[in-house]
Amino acid sequence: MGAFFRVAWHVMRKDMTVEIRSREILFTTVLFAVSVVLIFSFAIVREGRAPDDVAAGILWVAISFAGTLAMGRTFERERYNDTLRALILAPADRPAIYMGKLLGLLLLMALVEIILLPLVGLLFSAPIFAYPIMLSMLLAAGTLGFAAVGTLFAAMLVRVRSRDTLLPVLLYPITIPVMIAGVRGTAALFQAAPDEPMARFWIGLLVFWDAIFVTLALWTFEPVMTE
Amino acid sequence: MQRLTVTDVARHYGRRKALSQINFTCDAGEIVGLLGPNGAGKSTLLNILATLLTASKGRVEYGDGGATTGAEVRGRIGMLGHDLFLYPELTARENLTFFARLYAVADVPRVVARALERAGLTDRANDLVSGFSRGMRQRVALERALLHEPQLILLDEPFTGLDQASTAALVARLRERQRAGCLIVLATHDLDVAEGLLSRAIYLRDGRMVGSDTGSEGLLDRYRRAIQ
Repeated sequence: MGAFFRVAWHVMRKDMTVEIRSREILFTTVLFAVSVVLIFSFAIVREGRAPDDVAAGILWVAISFAGTLAMGRTFERERYNDTLRALILAPADRPAIYMGKLLGLLLLMALVEIILLPLVGLLFSAPIFAYPIMLSMLLAAGTLGFAAVGTLFAAMLVRVRSRDTLLPVLLYPITIPVMIAGVRGTAALFQAAPDEPMARFWIGLLVFWDAIFVTLALWTFEPVMTE
Repeated sequence: MQRLTVTDVARHYGRRKALSQINFTCDAGEIVGLLGPNGAGKSTLLNILATLLTASKGRVEYGDGGATTGAEVRGRIGMLGHDLFLYPELTARENLTFFARLYAVADVPRVVARALERAGLTDRANDLVSGFSRGMRQRVALERALLHEPQLILLDEPFTGLDQASTAALVARLRERQRAGCLIVLATHDLDVAEGLLSRAIYLRDGRMVGSDTGSEGLLDRYRRAIQ
């Protein structure tokens, strides 16, 4: 077990070092996510007031679109110089490599969300500080569920020519439950009369989803990576 | 790993046969060349030997039978691909350190320092690989493949883009590994360099093995006879 997390840590650290040097994924995903939120605010906000319950939907649309962009890029990088083959040739557990890539992606998406959340709060008058712990749990569980499936699909598609088109086509239908749970749970916290039990229910559902799909992804990563 | 045995190996991509009926055995201490024109199946065969591709048919045995796949086998293989398996955004030291840790090499700083010394890049250890020439990258990539002292070394076109000095250094390093008892399998088009280096040549054409010999002289003539 120690070796598993050691490998995952090294893969994540390597991904972060590469990202810090290039800042390619962070800049493009942040710019994209901010653009999505701004476009929605120009279209929806009238005289400084946004319609009720739209903030949660816009937040999750921005997260999912930006996340999809990051997922594609994180494996695209491994195609340059064929480093993906070097990773899977190593005697390390292949699921540990998946875990390292997933942790790196989660860290990047967390950075995007740290920028995105205040922006949504500001533009759509969403009470982001009313329930900070529950909101953080919703975002963490939702992002994990989305990224767990997305990282697996991005790895599966890395050798496919039309991978950029196929990734969202495959990912979005499978992650509809994550999006529904994320939006409904966040909306329950953002509405005028916050509904804590409802938010807790959706957090529970997300945790259940995460447990299933992280396990499935770890289980299937090795056969997926074997040609 | 004393022996590598390839038995009736085939690889199909749909209806297209990339490889069929490949049979050979080679022993530790040999340098085996996979020779053939483009599309002969050399890289496919190397990838199957590296466990990166599964054979559609047949069997590859590492050592005296037993393990044919899995982490234990991968830990005994070092591969240098046509692409160099290096991260251009990382320095030479960071690349080697990352892979040394992935291979669970003991005493990583010492092993990496030794690898940099062998590559002749101690002075450039903290420079990004993206700023290196092809020859320098090739040297780092070779040391990356040898960090964990593999018993089976697989090289795909290792002499491509190298000048005379770099080629000579690579040949010397391969000879040193041969003397250490490693089995080296390399795919190459560069028959001038391979002449005198190979202890065994395997000739491939259109995915089929069309010959094999163990001579050390007259490789070009032997190649022409086998491939025509």
